[in-house]
Amino acid sequence: MRFSLPAKWEKAETDPRKIEGRTRSPGNELWEECELIPAPFAYHRPQSLQEAIGLLTQPGQHARVVAGGHSLIPMMKLRLAKPEQLIDLQDLSELRGIRSESGAMVIGAMTTQHELIGSELLAASCPIIRETSLVIADPQVRYCGTLGGNLANGDPGNDMPAVMLALGAVYRAQGAQGERDIPARDFYRGIYSTALLDGEILTAIHIPIPAEGHGWAYEKQKRKVGDYATAAAAVVMTMASGICTQAAIALTNLADTPLLAQHAGEALVGSGVDEAVITEAARRAQGITSPSADVRGPVDFRVHVAGVMVRRAIARAKQRAR
Amino acid sequence: MAKMHIKLTVNNRAVEALAEPRLLLIHLLREELGITGPHIGCDTSHCGACTVDMNGKSVKSCTVFAVQASGAEITTVEGLAGADGSLHPLQEAFREHHGLQCGFCTPGMIIRAYRMLQENPNQSEAEIRHGISGNLCRCTGYLTIVRAIRAAAEQMNRAREAAE
Repeated sequence: MRFSLPAKWEKAETDPRKIEGRTRSPGNELWEECELIPAPFAYHRPQSLQEAIGLLTQPGQHARVVAGGHSLIPMMKLRLAKPEQLIDLQDLSELRGIRSESGAMVIGAMTTQHELIGSELLAASCPIIRETSLVIADPQVRYCGTLGGNLANGDPGNDMPAVMLALGAVYRAQGAQGERDIPARDFYRGIYSTALLDGEILTAIHIPIPAEGHGWAYEKQKRKVGDYATAAAAVVMTMASGICTQAAIALTNLADTPLLAQHAGEALVGSGVDEAVITEAARRAQGITSPSADVRGPVDFRVHVAGVMVRRAIARAKQRAR
Repeated sequence: MAKMHIKLTVNNRAVEALAEPRLLLIHLLREELGITGPHIGCDTSHCGACTVDMNGKSVKSCTVFAVQASGAEITTVEGLAGADGSLHPLQEAFREHHGLQCGFCTPGMIIRAYRMLQENPNQSEAEIRHGISGNLCRCTGYLTIVRAIRAAAEQMNRAREAAE
């Protein structure tokens, strides 16, 4: 991708009386040829979910909601996304917060990764979420980036979707017709394609609280801080008297969607999760991957790394299980 | 697209501006307000040169629209020094410990370190390194930056204890 800036980058005008008609303001021809300036849009900051849905469903308009904005805004800068109406959800406090509710954790979609990291409730009941949040992007991005944005974006590079597959989470969506629940395992359809319909907003995530003493791990191989995974694996498992009674394994960035490695998880159940079993589970997990070759490496390498991540995640989850 | 009237506080000063929705916060700061401490580095939210403090969080102002910051309180590196021009302990420590070479990353680095130390004034070296992992420096190798932040933290803690 070429990143070009206007050729005539004139001296900044600091006199506020001259804000109108500025040489470097948007609308100026220099901006129109700049690939890092988004196409024009109208901005809204609704004060209620109903208002947001109303704005989102205006006929004849391409509207998008923005949560933390750190996936959407870069795409808008590259003009890969050109919404005509941008609906900022930042004032909807009803979409924030983490609470425990009859055996499930309920996390508002606008809860940031920074808030997930700081939550004692999550650290105690579902620590894989903290572990995963810490390897997403960097501190600045985590102050802005939200759980809902990470899940609803549909980018196979996002880390949280695989974790939600492993945890068996359910997403709550709201549209003009009302509310509905979508299991995470049915949500992802393809690259940037999800079960969310036009006009629907992801509002909350319900996570069944894993068994007391469960083991967990999110292992992510990345080239540098802030990178998407070359390959990553989420493991949530329960051990009783040295035998695995329940296990779920899911994979990040190894196909067009996050993957639930069901047969790999089944390989662990009923076993003592010894070396041979871990090898078999990793082999099964690798078998369902179909990564593309990209800057993170050729296909064979990424499949190889997937196996390594699965092995490490299982070993660490086993170590942590009580 | 019609411009929107926005109000925000920048370095304790109330600011009003007319902004087209697609105007980025970094452009508002640098071009409309003449606050050129935050730099435009990568323009893709990787390098951290444009970091500012917004409502008590470090954010990359190249990836926030100015209209999103309406109502917010923003602090840039310009807002850290005292009214009499005396440097903030972080600025002093970066100078003392050679925490910069070319200086391009420095405003973002310092304003990020400022928030980090507000959240936790006693950080290990590993925590500091994790905390500035969203800020790239291509000169120093980070060694002197980490040293400067540790020194500033100690200085700030001493000042706090002396005040108590």
